[in-house]
Order: sequence, then structure tokens, then C-alpha cells
Amino acid sequence: MAAIAAVTLLSLAACATDEPAASPSGSASAATGSGTGDQSKFFVQADYDAELALLDAAPTGPADKPWEQVLNPTMVDTAKFKKNGPHKICFSNAALNNPWRQVGFKTMQAEVEAQKSRIKEFVHVDAEGKDQKQIADINDLLGKGCDALIVSPNTTATLTPAVEAACKAGLPVVVFDRGVNTKCPVTFINPIGGYGFGHVGAEFVSQKMKPGGKVLALRILPGVDVLETRWSAAKVAFDKAKVDVVGVEFTDGDPAKTKKIVDDYIQRYGTIDGVWMDAGAVAVAAVEAFQDAGKPVPPMNGEDQLDFLKIWKDKKLTAIAPTYPTYQWRTPIIAALRILDGQQVSNPWKLPQPTVTQDNLDQYLDAGMPPLHYAMCGCTDLPGYPQRWK
Amino acid sequence: MQTVQPRSLPLRLPRVRPGGVLPILAILAVLLVLVGIRQPDFLAPQSLMSFLGRSAPIILLAAGQYFVIVSGEFDLSVGSLVTAQVVVAARLIDSDPARTWPVVLLLLAFGALVGLVNGLITTRLRVPSFITTLGMFLILVGAVYLWSDGAPKGGLSEEFRRFGRRAFEDVPVLGRVPYALLVLVVLAVAAVLLMRSDFGRTLVAVGDNPRTAELSGVRVWRTRTFAFILSGLAAAVAAILLGGYSGVSFQAGAGLEFGAITAVVLGGVALGGGRGAVVGAMLGALTLELLFALMNFYGVSGALRSTVQGGIILLAVAVSATRSSSR
Repeated sequence: MAAIAAVTLLSLAACATDEPAASPSGSASAATGSGTGDQSKFFVQADYDAELALLDAAPTGPADKPWEQVLNPTMVDTAKFKKNGPHKICFSNAALNNPWRQVGFKTMQAEVEAQKSRIKEFVHVDAEGKDQKQIADINDLLGKGCDALIVSPNTTATLTPAVEAACKAGLPVVVFDRGVNTKCPVTFINPIGGYGFGHVGAEFVSQKMKPGGKVLALRILPGVDVLETRWSAAKVAFDKAKVDVVGVEFTDGDPAKTKKIVDDYIQRYGTIDGVWMDAGAVAVAAVEAFQDAGKPVPPMNGEDQLDFLKIWKDKKLTAIAPTYPTYQWRTPIIAALRILDGQQVSNPWKLPQPTVTQDNLDQYLDAGMPPLHYAMCGCTDLPGYPQRWK
Repeated sequence: MQTVQPRSLPLRLPRVRPGGVLPILAILAVLLVLVGIRQPDFLAPQSLMSFLGRSAPIILLAAGQYFVIVSGEFDLSVGSLVTAQVVVAARLIDSDPARTWPVVLLLLAFGALVGLVNGLITTRLRVPSFITTLGMFLILVGAVYLWSDGAPKGGLSEEFRRFGRRAFEDVPVLGRVPYALLVLVVLAVAAVLLMRSDFGRTLVAVGDNPRTAELSGVRVWRTRTFAFILSGLAAAVAAILLGGYSGVSFQAGAGLEFGAITAVVLGGVALGGGRGAVVGAMLGALTLELLFALMNFYGVSGALRSTVQGGIILLAVAVSATRSSSR
């Protein structure tokens, strides 16, 4: 009986393979290599064009301090927020639940310490990845006498009313990383963004691999705007280069799952000629899958996490690492202090988004730092370096 | 379709022993044939060895889960236990090879301790194991989160990782034999021997009818607690192999408890206890992994895996319920 049951189930599963994947985000992975699928519903052509243009724009500001630089600045007046210090600065943080945010927050704390003559108190509230908690957090902070409020929103739409309420309370609000759907904050700080990230990786992979080769695209999960933009830009680049995208798979950011997926694809196609990924957290697992299968590692992209940079150098990979730099966590503190001084700041404050390439790899590799550290932290001149980040 | 062939199999063997391994062997054989048709390369020694090596953790977890289920309980905590172990190992080893063996011993002790606590709470405080181990699951998730500030720290040494990643190279015929596979074979043999010993018989008797077992002088609580300890130990070994395979991650054990339970049920072991063989449970895990590999070869989206897994649990339990009531 059990045999019949399972065999029936199996044949059902086998039949289902004949149909094309219906998912709009393009999780298609039919054996024939159905390509990149439909464009993501998050894709906005104008934003894409703007970001790609920013990749070539020259930033203003000190060259050795990219966290103070701005691309295409549009200055806004802040005289009405001028106030005598030292200040109390409050920060409502979406979460600390991944290494990127961990490194970023340590960088921000160090920036606060570096400016301690001007900041009398720094209040940090962690929303633990929950919208409801962050709405309550922002509300609480409004009653705590903050001179400026920094918000890193958990999700865009849900946090918008809370940020609007904070603006109405009269204190300067600085938003960074993910955005909100309101213009009321004094400035919104973020790097170029997901289209730029996805484009840089995909363009590199399609140029370095053999023409018409097989690409495996690895994504963390569907439906998150910052990740969808990365994929949608990569899709445009791959379609343009006419490479054969044999699979678009979701890894959940899990190295074990990643390794199995990559191994499965190696078994299925014999070779994979290029790997693109929307975030670097599982890049090393993908590299290991090729190594353990005894195959050469194809051209691929990762991110600026040190474990990937190290294996790139050690194994002489053909690789590139677009970044979503953690140094952006320094900028909100600097911006808040400038606003409280009545100095003009740019809104939006677009930070440059450097790429780690073969040529500058050595400058970002630091053997003394832990594997999950992000090289683009801009933190080497901050108090407590390197111990604070270990 | 090839599916017609095995359908007649149970009919030709009308008296399949309940809880026997014949049905699962039949399913496994069918899957192997399907894989052979679609992807003959997969059955080459090299890739088969690699497949068995990477399936070792889930097979061990299925064996651990079997001990608990056959004694009439559940262990939902194994997935988060694996995650906790991997994260703890990375932080304690901190890429220092000298700490490898002490940490391995510590992980085994930690696994056994979690099993002991699960067992004692279930048997002595009479909390249903479903709740006990669900609680343990949440406690471990929270504790790991708190202890690591939400992101794993440190790193695993190459010495630690070799158990799950490396292999004996250049073995005649087989090619490359993963260490994980050897660990699996040794522990599988140990599990079979254990089930043939007095303890094994007692364990099944306890699951079949705890009251009768109690009246015939078995200390039911002690037997069941020991089953939980075995499950915790299996989780520890699985964590060592999984951490070795893929490195430190917060998702290392996510969903493994359901994978293990599905495998056990698929292997013909009755939920509620008293029926089924440990070999069946392990073959169930192997079958499940093979099914996933097959789905990949046929290009089925990986997202369907959990749906298939859920379908298997429901079907297998329904089938076994029908079978036992018609007995």
C-alpha cells in the first residue's frame, strides 16, 4: 500500500514537470533551460537607468572617505534644525539579524564614539525584524527627548506612517538603507542600490564565461525589493548577452542548501560556466561545491565578505564582488550632526558603491579579520579597530 | 509508465509484515530505475558516493528519530539542536584546529544532555513529547540567537570540517569514499545491533503498549528517556557532518526535524510507536533524498520539496492507519 501511495505521488510530481513554472519571479528551472523567465514586478525601468548612470558618476567629497561622498548632490537647507550640542541621537534599527547589519552597527557605534565630544547620548532600539515593534519603538523614542532620529526601516510601506509621525514631531529624521514612501525625512541615505549590484555581477560573469555558456543564478529569496532589483538587473544583462541561464534557484541564504543546489546542477549539466548570486553570504558554499565535485570554479560574483575574498585570492578565482557597503552606517551619524549644526546636506544622499575586482582585491583582504566581516566597512580609522569587529 | 510495475508488488506479496522494509525497498528500487533512465551518470560510483555522503546527516537523524517514534514519542527539537550545535562549534573552535576534538566531544555531550532533558520532562513531568520538544526547539532557537547576537561568529577549523567534507581518495572501484559515509555505515550497523538487543525489543514493546510493558517490569520512563538521548546524539553527529559539509550557518538545521519524521514514516514506522524497523527509517531518509534528487533531474522547482514532503507524511500515515485498522 505504502508503495502504491508513494509511486502515485511520484508520478504526480513527475507529470508536473511538463508545465512551465508559473511563478512571476521566474523560478523557472526546466531541464531545457527556460532562461530567465518574466521580468520581476519590482522592476522599474527609470530607476534602473538612473542607477546604472550613477555607477559611472563621479562623487563629490573626500576621496578617502566614501561614506562622506555624495553622487549627484542636491543640497537642502537645515537651518531650522540648528541646535547647540552636545546632542542626544536616537536610532531605531530594523534588526541586527545578519552579519551585514552586525558589522554595520558596530561601525555606527564606533562613529558615535569618534564623535563623543558632540554626542552626549546615543540611544539604540533594535526592532528584531518586526514591523510592529519598530512602529512602537519610533513612537517611544519620540517621547525621549531625542535631538535627532535615525531610522533604518524594516519594511518600506509599513514603516512610512511611523516615520511621518516622527517628522511631524519636529525633530530632524534621517533614514538610511531601506527607504520609506515619504519625502518628510531631512535626508535619505543609501548606496546606488540593487540594480547597480546585480548589473555589475551579471555583466562580469557573462563577459568572462564562454559565449552561450550555462549560468546558474542563485537568489536568497523572492519578493524582497532590494534583492528583486538585483535579480531584475542581472536578468536584463543576461538576456542582452544571450547566455543560457539554466537555473534560477532560491537558497534561503543557507550554505548547505546552496551546496546541494550547485552540486545538483553540476550533476545535471556536467559543467556550469558561470554563477551569479544576489548576495554573497553563500558564495563560499557555491565555490566549495565545485571544488568538492572536482570541477574548476567558473567565473562568478560574490560580495565583500572576507571569507569569499580569501577563497578568491587563495584559489585564484575569476571573480568580482559588487558591494552594498557597510560604511553607509557611518553616514547617518555624520548627517545628523551636520543637520544639527544647520549645515546643508544632500537629499537624497547617494553613496558610491565600490566594486572589489582582481585589481584592488589585495587592498580589501585582511587576514586578521573574521570570515564574516565585510571589507567595505570603512572602519579602519575608527576607535576600537580591529578588536570591536572581531 | 513504469509506475504500473510496482503497483502489483504488494498484491503478489499479500502478507507484507506490518512495519517491514519491503515497501520502502520497492519505492527505492523504482526511484533508482527512474533516476537511471533520466540521469544514468548519477549511478556512477563517484556521484553515488557523493550523494550518499551528503545524505548521511539526514539518514542519521532519521535513525535517531526512529528510536523516539518507535517508543511512542516525537522529537521536534532535532533541527534547532543541529543549528545550535553548528553555531556553538563555530564560536568555540574559532578557526583554531587544536580545539577540534574537545569541541566534538562537547557537542556529543551537549546533544545527549538535550536528549536527557527532553526525555525526563516527557516521562517524569508527563508533558506530551510534542510539547516538550517543541518547547526545546524554541528554547534552542532563542538561546542561540541571544548568545550569538543574531549572526554566527567564529569559524570551523578545516580539521572539524573534514568529517563532512573530505573523503578517502582513490579507493578501487568506488573512487572517492566520503568520511561521512563511513560514519554513517558504522552508526547504522550499531543502530541495527542495538535494535536486535534486549534494549531494542524493550523499546518497541514500550511503544506498542506502555501499560503492558510497565506491568511486565520494564521501566518505561527510563527506556523512553534513553531513546531521546539517542536522538540527541544522532543530532550531534549530524551537526558535525553538516557543519563540515557546508560550514557555519544559522539555517544549518532548519526543517530537518520534519525531514527526519517524513523519512521515518515513509520507512513504514508507525507514528505512535510499536512498529517498524530502524533500517526502514534510514531507507526512508535515503528514499526521500533520492526523490529530491530525481525532482531536480526532472527540473521540478526546489520550492515544491516541502509540499512533496507534506504529501508524503499525510499519505504514509493515512496508508498505515488504513492498514492497521484492517488488520
